[in-house]
Amino acid sequence: MQKRSIVPIIYILFLMLPIYWLVAMSFKTTNEILAGFSLFPQTFTLENYKVIFTDPSWYWGYINSIAYVTINTVISITVALPAAYAFSRYRFLGDKQLFFWLLTNRMAPAAVFALPFFQLYSAVELFDTYWAVALAHCLFNIPLSVWILEGFMGGVPKELDETAFVDGYSFPRFFATIFIPSIKAGVGVAAFFCFMFSWVELLLAKTLTAVAAKPIAATMTKTASSAGYELGLLAAAGTLTIIPGAIVIYFVRNYIAKGFAMGRV
Amino acid sequence: MKTENQKAWFFVLPVLLLVAFNALIPMMTVVNYSVQETFGDNVFFWQGLDWFQQILRSERFHAALGRQFLFTFLILIIEVPLGIAIALSMPRKGLWVPVCLVLMALPMLIPWNVVGAMWNIFTLPDIGLLGYFLNHVLGINYDMTQDPLAAWVTIITMDVWHWTSLVVLLSYAGLVSIPDAYYQAAKIDGASNWSVFRFIQLPKMKTVLTIAILLRFMDSFNIYTEPFVLTGGGPGNSTTMLSIDLVKIALGQFDLGPAAAMSLIYFAITLLVSWLFYTLMTKDDLN
Repeated sequence: MQKRSIVPIIYILFLMLPIYWLVAMSFKTTNEILAGFSLFPQTFTLENYKVIFTDPSWYWGYINSIAYVTINTVISITVALPAAYAFSRYRFLGDKQLFFWLLTNRMAPAAVFALPFFQLYSAVELFDTYWAVALAHCLFNIPLSVWILEGFMGGVPKELDETAFVDGYSFPRFFATIFIPSIKAGVGVAAFFCFMFSWVELLLAKTLTAVAAKPIAATMTKTASSAGYELGLLAAAGTLTIIPGAIVIYFVRNYIAKGFAMGRV
Repeated sequence: MKTENQKAWFFVLPVLLLVAFNALIPMMTVVNYSVQETFGDNVFFWQGLDWFQQILRSERFHAALGRQFLFTFLILIIEVPLGIAIALSMPRKGLWVPVCLVLMALPMLIPWNVVGAMWNIFTLPDIGLLGYFLNHVLGINYDMTQDPLAAWVTIITMDVWHWTSLVVLLSYAGLVSIPDAYYQAAKIDGASNWSVFRFIQLPKMKTVLTIAILLRFMDSFNIYTEPFVLTGGGPGNSTTMLSIDLVKIALGQFDLGPAAAMSLIYFAITLLVSWLFYTLMTKDDLN
């Protein structure tokens, strides 16, 4: 038993090394970085972080990203819940075809959609707003949420619904007060995935925004190239993008293992 | 048993509208471009299937497609067994389990261009941790901006770093759902470790592994941001994957017709392979 645990430890060390390097870089001055190799920051500085927290073009990037990711997660889960319920409880005309069609959208390369999305969202005058990115990310997050939630709902016995209706619950009341709480873990896991895939996606987010809604990830590419390659600043901005993800995983940590197992193909 | 109820369509309607808005309208735009030629000013000429023939015959497309399949093949044969092995060696319960899971999930929540930038900083020959170690401690001449092999090794390592955890988490979820009684029964029967794996653990992991392999296939086949930031598709064209090539044609050269035709071929290949995977992996369940 003890000998086996060496494998996950080595794996986690491997995962942490590049992250350590990014964080270490963020505390170094540009001079120190360019002067040569140093394992630890020699002249520890918070200058890079100060730039990000005082310059609106930097910190608005974070606010923008968090805004559209949140909108996307809320929309995806809200519309996916009733749909997943329909798929898990009822047979209806074209249900299987519809389910498969939804999943095919998860397979579409974002690069295929970049230009048409730009034209579409310009045409409906949503270009460079949170809504554009939030709605565009629905393309892959809604199918995934339906897929995950349907798996969880399949694990809830149908008797639960029937008993509630016999007891005189209306459908909306049953759905909101009994059914959704019974698949809490599933909602958590689906929200986690929506957050994750919206937070990490850049190609569409960058294509659909210019100034007002520009995501932090895009701010990084622009500023890095215009102000000369400022590695310390880039590393600090990168380090800060890890934090929201870390917070979200912390909240779903107890569901991660159990949650995955219940979602099925 | 599910009951027949056509009103269920009302539940599905919001999803249908949102996804259709995002999928059908852009898809029609792509189809539209793929059969026309334009010289700007919104003037279009009917081109028929010329673009499709041109793309299917172009050596550039064949090369990018070949690199794409090689990349996806390599990361699948590394990440899937490695992920299973790590999941098997994890403890089933204990204080450290949530800590391990959180740390393992971390790479997946980092924006993709930050992953690229992070690996760029990590592998810089003289000031990156890995680059310095390889060049100055081990004495291997490593510079991925010059050497295609080094670029490939770096991209594969980056993807293994980035996504193996997905396989680990999913396999682990399958493993913890196995009741202890199964293991006890196997112990009484004197089953070897291999037969425990082959007849108890692997079948239990099958559905989650199907999800893992499908997701890894789709995402690696559509990979764009990480190699774009890390190598920019270079040196030369050696790491230009399909998506990078597509964006070059569509937004770089603004050749809308060929780009649209390539998009459709690309999407069709992704669909076909996903369908094949899915059918192969769920074949036994149907019998």
